[in-house]
Amino acid sequence: MSTPTVPLSTAEKIHSRGPRESVMSRAAAMLIMGVFTLYFLTPIWWLLVTSTKAGGEITRTAPLWFTPNSISTFFANLIELFQYQDGLFIKWLANSALYAGAGALLGTIIAAMCGYALAKYEFKRREIIFNVVLSGVLVPATALALPLFLIFSEVNLTNTYWAVFLPSLVSPFGVYLARIYAAASVPDELLEAARLDGAGELRTFFTVSTRLMAPALVTIFLFQFVAIWNNFFLPLIMLRDQALFPVTLGLYAWNSQISQIPELRTYVIIGAFVSIVPLIIAFLGLQRFWSSGLSAGSVK
Amino acid sequence: MATLNQAHTPLLKAGRSPHTAHKGRSTRKAVAVFVAPFAVLFLLFYAAPIIFAIIQSLLTVEREGTFGPPQQIFGGFSQYVLVFQDQAFWASVGRVLLFGVVQVPVMLGLALLFALLLDSPLLRGKKFFRLAFFAPYAVPGVIAAIMWGFLYSPSLSPFGVVTSEVNFLGGSLVLWSIANIVTWVYVGYNMLIIYASLLAIPTEIYEAARLDGASNAQIAWRIKIPLVTPAIILTGVFSIIGTLQLLAEPQTLRSFSSAISSTYTPNLAVYTTASVPNYNLAAAFSVVLALATFVLSFVFLKATQRKVSQ
Repeated sequence: MSTPTVPLSTAEKIHSRGPRESVMSRAAAMLIMGVFTLYFLTPIWWLLVTSTKAGGEITRTAPLWFTPNSISTFFANLIELFQYQDGLFIKWLANSALYAGAGALLGTIIAAMCGYALAKYEFKRREIIFNVVLSGVLVPATALALPLFLIFSEVNLTNTYWAVFLPSLVSPFGVYLARIYAAASVPDELLEAARLDGAGELRTFFTVSTRLMAPALVTIFLFQFVAIWNNFFLPLIMLRDQALFPVTLGLYAWNSQISQIPELRTYVIIGAFVSIVPLIIAFLGLQRFWSSGLSAGSVK
Repeated sequence: MATLNQAHTPLLKAGRSPHTAHKGRSTRKAVAVFVAPFAVLFLLFYAAPIIFAIIQSLLTVEREGTFGPPQQIFGGFSQYVLVFQDQAFWASVGRVLLFGVVQVPVMLGLALLFALLLDSPLLRGKKFFRLAFFAPYAVPGVIAAIMWGFLYSPSLSPFGVVTSEVNFLGGSLVLWSIANIVTWVYVGYNMLIIYASLLAIPTEIYEAARLDGASNAQIAWRIKIPLVTPAIILTGVFSIIGTLQLLAEPQTLRSFSSAISSTYTPNLAVYTTASVPNYNLAAAFSVVLALATFVLSFVFLKATQRKVSQ
């Protein structure tokens, strides 16, 4: 186990010093990266450009560039999207924010507490619990979707918020990451000192340890957020009521009706664009945290 | 880890004196409070579903006569016999295995190449490339499939010149069109995991190698790649799991392509069977799939770990 945090920027500075490379290999490297930048960004660029076009313009105008009235069309599309079926799309966005936001927040706290206890306390069956959690990492959430549906239908809770929200709280990978990070970044001496000062274990965790574990917590939060935001099978199998859909399931439903209702195409495209913006912003804004948290998980 | 454990044991063993006995008890209570929420949720939403699915898969529905009320009775392994006879299901398993054998190495190879380039002195604008390559990870599978579905389609695609000639959504290519979508989403994510572990390698090692006359390519091949193998294994396990679970992309692409059947991947087969509804058979599919995933990733972990330790 090695030390977890190397801020990417400073580490990069150290790494980029080296002997002069030939112009050829520099050019080759830049060429490879340049071509793949096009590969990764063109689809997103197309989505942005296309969401600024009215229905017929999509096929008639240059596909990868804007039209003269792109800005006004974009806002017109946006307003139509938000008004369609009494603001169903806004409801979906709010649902996704609730499932993913609240789910990831609670899930992170729960996983952090468990991982922290596994790292910092000796207790009976500790290794058994950790191994069970680890095998949980290998059992993918999608394999559980149908069994979860069967269980929830036994207690008549399918087609409710809870059916999607509650199973999303469990993140075995979060526990794994929290344990590794807590073991490496929370010194025992500090906990001893807190105990001598008479602080309770819980209080020490929430006031001292969580601060030291912050990069790991942000990482767990972000990855669980993405996992819930992207989750498709569970809502697909659990939910019938459109008003409960997360945005991915809603767009999927609209997309599969395009052949009957052609105007949905515009809504699907701009809706897809609107739904990925929050995630991209979250990742860019928080990247300082998750990139150092990531190295903790992979270095092990 | 070992040192941490040793440092802690005296505290709990000292629990005999009256003062610390109280402390030991409070520690135990704290552990219970820390572990209980996760343990309860894990039991309810991970363990219980698995057990319940196994029970369901051992039942079978029987009717008295043609119109009698359906009744669930114990059917032993009869559902599993059906699973093993189900050719569509095994075809779907074969399809995702073929997918995985090709897509996972390509994706991880690219991720490793990009990570090594980011870590080399050859590039400028590293921060930009890192973010540009990672951006697709923020796109959910469903949305990525919708987007690429439009890009593949002959009428809407900005690359109409290509898509009117090559049928990306036809039976012979659609599996690889899905592979492209999955690769597009996950290369950057895997690249970052490998890159993060490259950054954790102490630079003194490279300096020593350079003094010995090693070139950058040799350093990458002989030092960097062996040292980041654990990270590659981690991404490999997650990719194998993801491949066997393929659902969102093919299910979404079904509205663009008629070549994707309702049992195209194992999870699609589970979904289709559950919608019939034939829960007992769908549960048996789920159990077989979860077991296969678990075994495959476990075997992969063991096999690669042995190689690493040799």
